[in-house]
Amino acid sequence: MSEAAALDGGRPDEKAGLTTRLVCWWTIFRIALEERLAYRGDFALGTLMRFLPIITQIFLWWAIFESIDGDLVGYSFPDMVAYYLLSMLGRAFSSMPGLASTIAKQIRDGELKKFLVQPIDLIGFFLLGRVAHKLAYYTISTLPFALVFYLCRDYFTDGWPSAYVMTMFCFSLILAFLLGFFMDLCIGLIGFWFLEVSSLLFIYMLFNFFLSGHMFPLDLLPSGIQAAVSCLPFKYLAYLPAAIFLGKIDSELLWIEMTTEVLWLVILICVARLLYGRGLRRYSGYGG
Amino acid sequence: MPIPPEPQHPSYAKVFLTFARNSLVRDMMFRANFLIEAVSSLSWAVMNVGFYWIIFEHANSIGAQTGWEKYEFFVFMGTTWIINSIVQAFFMPNSEEFSELIRTGGLDFAMLKPIDTQFLISLRKVAWSSLANLVLGIVIVAISLAQLASRAEDPWQFQPAMLVLYPLYIACGVAILYSLMICLAATSVWLGRNQTLYDFWFYITNFSRYPMEIYARGWGLPLLVVFTFVIPVLVVVNVPARLLAEPLSPRASWEWPLAGFTLLATLGCLCFSRWVFRTALLSYRSASS
Repeated sequence: MSEAAALDGGRPDEKAGLTTRLVCWWTIFRIALEERLAYRGDFALGTLMRFLPIITQIFLWWAIFESIDGDLVGYSFPDMVAYYLLSMLGRAFSSMPGLASTIAKQIRDGELKKFLVQPIDLIGFFLLGRVAHKLAYYTISTLPFALVFYLCRDYFTDGWPSAYVMTMFCFSLILAFLLGFFMDLCIGLIGFWFLEVSSLLFIYMLFNFFLSGHMFPLDLLPSGIQAAVSCLPFKYLAYLPAAIFLGKIDSELLWIEMTTEVLWLVILICVARLLYGRGLRRYSGYGG
Repeated sequence: MPIPPEPQHPSYAKVFLTFARNSLVRDMMFRANFLIEAVSSLSWAVMNVGFYWIIFEHANSIGAQTGWEKYEFFVFMGTTWIINSIVQAFFMPNSEEFSELIRTGGLDFAMLKPIDTQFLISLRKVAWSSLANLVLGIVIVAISLAQLASRAEDPWQFQPAMLVLYPLYIACGVAILYSLMICLAATSVWLGRNQTLYDFWFYITNFSRYPMEIYARGWGLPLLVVFTFVIPVLVVVNVPARLLAEPLSPRASWEWPLAGFTLLATLGCLCFSRWVFRTALLSYRSASS
């Protein structure tokens, strides 16, 4: 453990060490970026396809709104469609496909050894990899996203929000990315204890889908349940960015929400570090 | 060993039963895994019930004057699960493997067997755990019908014809979805790998999961026409669910013609998929053996 902890902390003692370290991080980042850009065609098509279910959602809500006259918990029909589009944007930041399963697999297969013998921190390595993946993803998926948002521009009845709200929105997207990363990371690190986490991951994904507001705006939940769901970190992954953009959260509450989100992030970072440290103590590198 | 006299054609029923038994034996070897799979697909379904439950807390029906109120719609949803779980249990794992067989050249072995290749490819495995949703679907339909039958105004009445027609149209729905799936899988002969096409399958069947009336407005009309008459996924769930739940009473004038069309569409889809499958086999070149 002692050796692992020393590597894990990653404290550069001298200046040369820091430069090397930066070059190292930059290289990791660049490799991950290039790896991702290799399949750009498939990528762009895949992104466009992901909007297809929105079509059925639009018609479903169109029909529902037709039968109720007026608003639904403060959402008009265009609001609802705008909400779905924005929550997809939130998910584009916060979803981490394959992260937890990759980490669990590396623990199981003993591939994790490389982080013990190389001077690279596992969490930092995966974080940089994800940042690169996401950047590659945005460069390619900006076009399909822009196209869909342009086609659906009439659903955004209030036009662009104020600069302040816009800043908060961008900020909440970045936090959503980090929060999503560390939540997935923690699930993956549980692999130190269970080895096979796929069923746990499935349950986590289900809750994530339902409670993050990806399926419907959380305002629709009955108030008791809504209060409970509000205490969980899931809502920051899709609901909050969309709600901020649509002006559903007034400015005082906005600050509280953002602070809570940062707190959640700090907690999750600590939990991830703790899990990793404790996990390494149990770890024995199976396989070649 | 003496050669048994005749059987020129293998007994398809017996072969299928063997496949089903083998799959069950395999599943029972990993019992915990089986249970987890069943529970996972169930929890997904339960989450869907939750979603619509919440919607019906706020709205009376899906679409004005369509008659798709809470329990009528739950009959619809139960029917969706019944059909989807049958497709997922019997055909989904096999279609997935079909693309893989084409890519790896393993299809050679399937073609050498003295049995119809499409039969062998389509039914080799049974994912028994997917049938958990079938049970849930039947339970939901039963509960919803009981609710509909006990309501004060215009209660639901059982008609003996439903006993025949509902299973018949469920079978039609399964056949249409199966045809679509096997066609998509067969295209991997030409395309090599087709991961995106599977996503495509999910996105297309996504359209079938809602009452067709919701598309009957604005720019939904072309979708309604295409997904009813060109790729008939909309009739898959709509027809049996309408037959059973009877959202509009008296029935709308277009319901019976639509039911008739569904029979034709099923036949058409099956023939078309058979044709696509055979054409694909003709273009198949073995790989990597």
